[in-house]
Amino acid sequence: MLIKKAEQIKPSEITPKEIYQQRRHFLKTSVNTGLGLAASGLLATRAADVFAGYGLKTLNHVKNSQYSLDDELTKYKDVTTYNNFYEFGASKSSPAATAHKLNAEPWSIKVEGHVENPASYHLEDIITEQTLEERIYRLRCVERWSMVVPWLGFPLAELIKKVKPTSQAKFVEFTTLYRPEEMQGQRRGVLAWPYVEGLRMDEAMHPLAFLAVGLYGEVLPNQNGAPIRLVVPWKYGFKSIKSIVKIRFTAQQPVSSWTRSAPHEYGFYSNVNPDVDHPRWSQRRERRIGEFFKRKTLMFNGYAEDVAHLYKNMDLKKYF
Amino acid sequence: MMRFYKVSVFILSLVPVSLLLYNFYTDELGANPFETLTRQSGEWTLRFLLITLSLTPLKILLTKSWPLKFRRMLGLFTFFYASLHLLTYIWFDQFFDWNEIWVDIIKHPFITIGMLSWLILLPLAITSTRGMKKRLGRRWKKLHQAVYVIGVLVLIHYFMLVKADYWWPVLYSLIFIGLMVFRVLYIRQRLTGRFGLKMLLRQGVKP
Repeated sequence: MLIKKAEQIKPSEITPKEIYQQRRHFLKTSVNTGLGLAASGLLATRAADVFAGYGLKTLNHVKNSQYSLDDELTKYKDVTTYNNFYEFGASKSSPAATAHKLNAEPWSIKVEGHVENPASYHLEDIITEQTLEERIYRLRCVERWSMVVPWLGFPLAELIKKVKPTSQAKFVEFTTLYRPEEMQGQRRGVLAWPYVEGLRMDEAMHPLAFLAVGLYGEVLPNQNGAPIRLVVPWKYGFKSIKSIVKIRFTAQQPVSSWTRSAPHEYGFYSNVNPDVDHPRWSQRRERRIGEFFKRKTLMFNGYAEDVAHLYKNMDLKKYF
Repeated sequence: MMRFYKVSVFILSLVPVSLLLYNFYTDELGANPFETLTRQSGEWTLRFLLITLSLTPLKILLTKSWPLKFRRMLGLFTFFYASLHLLTYIWFDQFFDWNEIWVDIIKHPFITIGMLSWLILLPLAITSTRGMKKRLGRRWKKLHQAVYVIGVLVLIHYFMLVKADYWWPVLYSLIFIGLMVFRVLYIRQRLTGRFGLKMLLRQGVKP
């Protein structure tokens, strides 16, 4: 059992909060100029604010430094109160306000399609077999804001290897829980529920593609996609589907929810790309939450070295 | 007494911007305060526009002229919040990078329409003084009818902002359409004498 109650855990197993806090450096650069002055009071954050968790169950984990950034982390409060999770309402603040109604236990994931071991897997069984790692990833939303989040989880490839897709499986389709009585955003047809996302098989097998079950050392808060969600750091945030209940291996390219809603705006790939505008806005820059000045958006969200080869010879303007 | 009411409305109209600035400095605008400033100033622009446009129907319904006494002030507050909205874009989104702004205006209809709305609003604000009204005579009224065009543009701008949940822009549009339909019916009734909406409404208010 990897999920333990906080009191069962030896102090040596826990990532001390100080470690998180050390990573936080006060914003110096952005407030030096006249433009920044207006925001200086706002951004001079106290270190203690960076991680003031909800006190959820702590997760035992190791650190994966190969896939971790050195950037300062986005505050826990911001990561858990500024969410796009339309199942809990379309405003950024409504998931944090309403997601407590979701009962994420027990949880199982149905695996089906072109796969040798189709079954319904209990989440606990899945997690028990994995060594949870912490990875610090950039998260870039299609709306031009970004965060740096310490996720806990395991590579998606590990789960895929276990269920053994057949040679016919070319894509993986993920589905979010549909439970309008607990997810009030689903009571209105804002998107075609349930939420569906997909990856090409080689994208899904990429070591960066990650299944997260926690953040900041604790289990995922509901508004962040509890109990298990995808994190694909080189793609826009909406590709990283939350609260997954079904994984299906298909021969056909899945139609994801946002593509269905606005096909000319949200493509299947949705790789972070500063050179391909959203029809309504430029994607060249982004505001990292907690910062005043905008940053230049990086190709593949800064993961080009790792993933660019997946899209060799592809016209990324066409396959946006 | 009128002076007292005018001062009250003036102070009330400053409440939204005061609250926004206060919450900005006390870090109560959420994880992305700059986005909140832009969103809120934009939404208040639309609200003030709709309030301004509801004064004429109010006058007709009440058969009193006092609502029109607030029209210039509330119209100017619409311009005030629109300018604030524009400023947040130029400052917090583009950091006064005029080249970038120009490219944004040309490439993205969402920005084009927002910018156009403000540009049309500008001459209305400039010519809002009593002296300008006198100088322009009949043309003044023609010019200020551009506010209806602004209403349409602002609503399109709002619709274009939304990704999927159209609840609020639809609601504001219904209010706008209601105010426009009222005007059309009222004018038609005055021209032809048909359609007793005015009488009906009057009877409703003053039985």
